[in-house]
Amino acid sequence: MIELKNITKVYHLGEIDLPVLKGISLKIEDGEFVSLTGASGSGKSTLMNILGCLDHPSGGEYWIDGRNVAGLNANERARLRNNRIGFVFQNFNLLPRTSAIENVMMPAAYHHPALPSAEIRKRALELIRLVGLEDRMHHTPAQLSGGQQQRVAIARSLINNPGILLADEPTGNLDSTTSVEVMNMFRDLNRRQGITVIIVTHDPKTAAFTDRAINMSDGLILEGVSEELSATLKK
Amino acid sequence: MKFGPLLLTCINALIRNPMRAMLTVLGIVIGIAAVVAIMEIGNGSKKQIADQMAGLGADVINVFSASTRTAGVSGGMNTRASIYAEDADAIVKECGDTVETATPVVRANAQVIVGNKNWSPNSIVGGNENYLDIEGWEVDSGSPFTKEHVTNSSRVCLIGSTIARELFEGEDPIGKDIRIKDVMFTVIGVLATKGADMGGNDKDDCIILPWSSVRTRLKGASNEATITAGGAANRSSVSSTDTFSTSAVDFYPGSDLQPFTNAPHPLRTLTVDFISVKVKDVTTISQTMDDMAAVLRRQHRLEPGVLDDFTLRDRAQFTKMVTSTADTMSTLLIAVAMISLVVGGVGIMNIMMVSVTERTKEIGLRMAVGARPVDIMWQFLLEAVLLCITGGILGIALGRTISLVVAAKTGLPVESSPTAMLLAVSVSAIIGIIFGWYPAYKGSKLDPIDALHHE
Repeated sequence: MIELKNITKVYHLGEIDLPVLKGISLKIEDGEFVSLTGASGSGKSTLMNILGCLDHPSGGEYWIDGRNVAGLNANERARLRNNRIGFVFQNFNLLPRTSAIENVMMPAAYHHPALPSAEIRKRALELIRLVGLEDRMHHTPAQLSGGQQQRVAIARSLINNPGILLADEPTGNLDSTTSVEVMNMFRDLNRRQGITVIIVTHDPKTAAFTDRAINMSDGLILEGVSEELSATLKK
Repeated sequence: MKFGPLLLTCINALIRNPMRAMLTVLGIVIGIAAVVAIMEIGNGSKKQIADQMAGLGADVINVFSASTRTAGVSGGMNTRASIYAEDADAIVKECGDTVETATPVVRANAQVIVGNKNWSPNSIVGGNENYLDIEGWEVDSGSPFTKEHVTNSSRVCLIGSTIARELFEGEDPIGKDIRIKDVMFTVIGVLATKGADMGGNDKDDCIILPWSSVRTRLKGASNEATITAGGAANRSSVSSTDTFSTSAVDFYPGSDLQPFTNAPHPLRTLTVDFISVKVKDVTTISQTMDDMAAVLRRQHRLEPGVLDDFTLRDRAQFTKMVTSTADTMSTLLIAVAMISLVVGGVGIMNIMMVSVTERTKEIGLRMAVGARPVDIMWQFLLEAVLLCITGGILGIALGRTISLVVAAKTGLPVESSPTAMLLAVSVSAIIGIIFGWYPAYKGSKLDPIDALHHE
């Protein structure tokens, strides 16, 4: 379970303090499928960085599975990211000139305790099969389409059996058909494997796939959801 | 991250950009190749110099008699007649492991006459059949004298090219007679020209005879001492300069010649001026000298506590001088090669900096999926070290090739040097660590969020 209590984040730009998050309190249960929406500048990227333990908040508490992770140092955050959180990015972020299967295996190399390489490979193959790319596992990113690259990235995010999947605009670089495929894949993962999935997006169509939309504006979570979004959600 | 996957990651990263990796490594390859080639050629030259030194007599130890000391007055070096021809045989026999050959040496000064021409040679030297080998002489025509000639005190001689020119003027001297101090000798060989020695003296202005012939025929047969008990009878034969003989010292019977007189002694024995000993290995010359001293003390029946009646001298000073020159040279060259290694290291650093910048996004991704800063640090450091070690190995191969080509083309001697190779690889690894550290550190200090969004 993820719980945020009055999280603040202030950037110091020279003399000026720029508050980006102004006290976020939020609870996401295990196995939820939520989206984090909001206009650019609303602070959703900052919140996502904090949720993903890439950044630490200026104030407040952040609990993951009953553990306050707000005060962890860089190394502890790295281990937490490795073991608990899977990342999917807008621009896929696959290693260039590296085969799909090796891209999938990459995060496992940083797993602690170290995993036997045979087991890593076995698991990577399962995941490649799960995302339906077994016939392309030796292709490099340049030889794959955008949708295929994102599927490789999803397989990669699952290699260490994370409890939480964090996707930052996962459909931002994809056409609408592929977007639907990818979002269905997230939904399947959520439904079948019980993984908590958090989708950060500005696109209401993407948010509509999720069970709950958290709408942000100006560093705060808005009560309820926007009209546009609620209209989409009702359909 | 475990070492195995880390190594694989690094190798993959380098293979992804093979052209750049090759060019980066080139600087190290050239530096290491230079070090290896210079050390191999330098080692070869040193060995060649050592061989030449041996030719100049660096492998020769001379045994002189000690100074006489009577009533506190020292007579100076080699004034005591205490070196015997038998000592040479004893040294060869008892120090056979380290000593190759030895010869007694007797010198004389005399006028040489052939027909109506006369000449005073620079040196008239007597030795045994090994003398030519020890002093590095070659016989140009004719033949050297043999053991029989020495045993029989035969009247044969070898003449240097200067003598041949001065006294025979183009005639073949072999088989001709020459008169030395009113004794007729037959020329059986002419020595190959050696030129001047280090002091500028003409080495070819010499006559070499069996030492026994010089001792008995040129220095006076009367000195063929028949010693029974006292050493006094022996003293008149100190050297060719009888004027400075110490035969008058009987006033002081308590001189340090005492043990000599008390000891039982072979009946027929001949003193010689000194003994030249050729050693097998120049590097262990001081050990050999200790062994020889022990043999000589036994041979001379010196009681413990009695001073040596001989002096050993090597030509080590000379050897040291020349080898140290060679050392200075190779040190200098290696310093130059080291500079090229440093330049190569800066090249590595430059490329690693570029690599870190270029792969900022990759660093961000790796950090996002759980790489700790220290993992990133290791990855880039290992890449740099890997580049350098690859460069080191290629450099050794290139350096060996260069030195072999040099050896083949110029005839310079080359000796492979495992030390150089070990040094080369460790130096290149160290360069990798030193010059790879900063870029790796920079990479590890990147903020994952900034790195991820770096374009």
